Amino acid sequence: MAQLLEDKDRIFQNLYGLNDWSLDAARDRGAWLGTAAMLAQGKDWLIDQVKSSGLRGRGGAGFPTGLKWSFMPKEVGNRPHYLVVNADESEPGSCKDRDILRHDPHLLIEGCLVASFAMQAHACYIYVRGEYIQERNRLEAAIKEAYAAGLVGKNACGTGWDFDIYMHHGAGAYICGEETALLESLEGKKGQPRLKPPFPAGAGLYGCPTTVNNVESIAVVPTILRRGVDWWTQFGRDNNKGTKVFSISGHVNKPCNIEEALSIPMKTLLEEYAGGVRGGWDNLKCVIPGGSSVPLLPKEICDTVLMDFDALREHQSGLGTAAVIVMDKSTDVVKAIARLSYFYKHESCGQCTPCREGTGWMWRVMERMVRGEARTEEIDMLLAVTKQVEGHTICALGDAAAWPIQGLIRHFRHEIEERIDNYRAGKPVFVPIIEAAE
Amino acid sequence: MSARRLAIRQPETFALSAKAKKEIGTWVKKYPKDRQRSALIPAMWIAQKDAGGWLPELALRELGDMLDMAYIRVYEVATFYTMFNLEPVGTHYVQMCGTTPCWLRGSDELKDMLTRKIGPQRSISADGKLSWLEVECLGSCSNAPMVQISNADGDHYYEDLTAESLEKVLDDLVAGKKPPQGPKNGRFSSEPIGGAMVLNTKNLSEARGNLKKLPNADKTAKVNYYEWDPKAKRATRKGWVDPKRNASADPKKRSGNLGRDLTVGLVDDDPKKARPARNVKTPKPKVLYTDGATDGAPDDLKLIKGIGPKFEKELNSNGVYYFRQIGAWKVADVKVVEEKIKSLAAGRVKRDNWVKQGKALAKSSAKKGKS
Repeated sequence: MAQLLEDKDRIFQNLYGLNDWSLDAARDRGAWLGTAAMLAQGKDWLIDQVKSSGLRGRGGAGFPTGLKWSFMPKEVGNRPHYLVVNADESEPGSCKDRDILRHDPHLLIEGCLVASFAMQAHACYIYVRGEYIQERNRLEAAIKEAYAAGLVGKNACGTGWDFDIYMHHGAGAYICGEETALLESLEGKKGQPRLKPPFPAGAGLYGCPTTVNNVESIAVVPTILRRGVDWWTQFGRDNNKGTKVFSISGHVNKPCNIEEALSIPMKTLLEEYAGGVRGGWDNLKCVIPGGSSVPLLPKEICDTVLMDFDALREHQSGLGTAAVIVMDKSTDVVKAIARLSYFYKHESCGQCTPCREGTGWMWRVMERMVRGEARTEEIDMLLAVTKQVEGHTICALGDAAAWPIQGLIRHFRHEIEERIDNYRAGKPVFVPIIEAAE
Repeated sequence: MSARRLAIRQPETFALSAKAKKEIGTWVKKYPKDRQRSALIPAMWIAQKDAGGWLPELALRELGDMLDMAYIRVYEVATFYTMFNLEPVGTHYVQMCGTTPCWLRGSDELKDMLTRKIGPQRSISADGKLSWLEVECLGSCSNAPMVQISNADGDHYYEDLTAESLEKVLDDLVAGKKPPQGPKNGRFSSEPIGGAMVLNTKNLSEARGNLKKLPNADKTAKVNYYEWDPKAKRATRKGWVDPKRNASADPKKRSGNLGRDLTVGLVDDDPKKARPARNVKTPKPKVLYTDGATDGAPDDLKLIKGIGPKFEKELNSNGVYYFRQIGAWKVADVKVVEEKIKSLAAGRVKRDNWVKQGKALAKSSAKKGKS
């Protein structure tokens, strides 16, 4: 069995908010230690370190963070550089950034300073999702503390670097988690994604070079630099290094957030930290391993799969935001996915036709599938439509709407067919299994 | 996408309060000049709070005027974002999360209870105190099912609910009490129920005490480390500069000038500062060393064309020993020397270009001395 992560190796030591979040307490936990020294090493060193740590973006796509930083222009031209932190956490299943914002905000602010310096940005905006009102207030208070202590602002940390950090918030649109939609929203417009190229590193916020990073990607950087790349790379398999905050929800005995090393077996994660699946491991039906956008995995795969980017990709799913949604055998899985289809229909920004029309169409067909009120051929038709939406839209929301349905049909086609047959025969279409067959 | 429209019934008059305007003003300052439009979403949120939980058209127009925007651009934003209520809501506005993670843990029960207690979605209860809406994921999935309740006191997450515990929260609110936010099943936040299994000890950080230097630090860069001193409430040890002291220092030392490689210019970690200055200016040689050869061993003056052993002896006895000394002579100095050494009075110094020769010889001998 894999070795579990020890407390001393957890970056977010106040993940649950059991201790104080404020500056003095955060410093006792190691935040803001040696920040000036990191900056003194120079921007190239910072980017090199992040690159060699193999840190992959924690917002879903898993793009290497150091590489992303290196896309920014080497020299600042007549347009200023910006760092924008994506705290618009709205992926169903994911609630990790919220805990960082409300319980360990200083790690994020410190990370913003380090990342901004590495990219030569003098200003950073943290875009917090609108509904996180308590978290917004907490972050604002933490920023104020950091200004008062001279850690940010003019001559941040005494390094001679001027750095301003601002909290901005949205107003409840899932699509604003997409980086270009987020920039549009930050400019005070509707959150409709922009065509790429130009990429934000060329023309982002206000047309200036911008990098958009997830909260967790930014907040782990100072600790990686403090404790060293060697420390960080001892966790996880090659190409999937480091620790990650997992959010576990759904049918487990103890839903929770937990920071663990990547590449932990899914079974270990659920049994050690989340109190196991409701009714025992054998009562597991399927798991969505990375937030609503990734295809689900049936129990056979969950038995052995490792929780990292590559292992889940091999099974045609993904790590996404590491939001593990567990469903036991009592779950009407077709309805669970239909509810996600409704979510995507609701959250489509309406800009591209395949997504605007397709998400509604897919949801309506899914609703009929839930009731069994469909023909068997329609399953293939639905699959074909998901393929037509996928990859034909400006942003990835079209893909995200298509993948859960594809995953459902890939692994639970028999269940949909059975339901259609039952409906035709006048039998009840779905009878939940309440107790585990133990 | 969801179609949303402005309310049919609008109030005849509306004006933002001074407090709200002031608050919007602080937001506008967060963005670069001429980008005040960026403040629109926060401003709308403030206006919604100010207007009692929803946005009348007049409020939108006022914001458009404040931020110098066309009204249609403001309407666009108001109808796009679901947190903006375009119609009146109850005093306590319940947003119930119904997305899959909450649904898996029983949000349907909450939905039934809310329908029974308040009525259909978007409708306001008879006493005007409650209204509700099923919304999409509110980002508290480990604490599902949950609702957010907005009222004059703020916006609070109530988590880990059952139909009973939510009903109790609603009853308390209607009765004018303020039920505490957060999980309703004894949890504190997102730790597992029954108490956190990890992170429950104090003084966790190993890194805190052990950091003496950055691992993998680039050795060529000179770096000063400082430590946070909890007693003094500031960092001590060299390398730390009181930010206030330097805030108004020489602007060249600060980062105001974009594009400069700031890693070189760091105020306290400039490696050049620590090194002794490379080009120490040698003091200007005297015109005549009357006390003897006090500035090192005398040069072989015979190397200068026009000076033989006889002249050298005479020059030395009058205080001329070095090439650099001759090289530094100005016209006035030459006159002084000529007065002193009568045999030079014929203009020999100028004719044979002693000064130029002296300069060149001083330079080449300085080079030789270094290598």
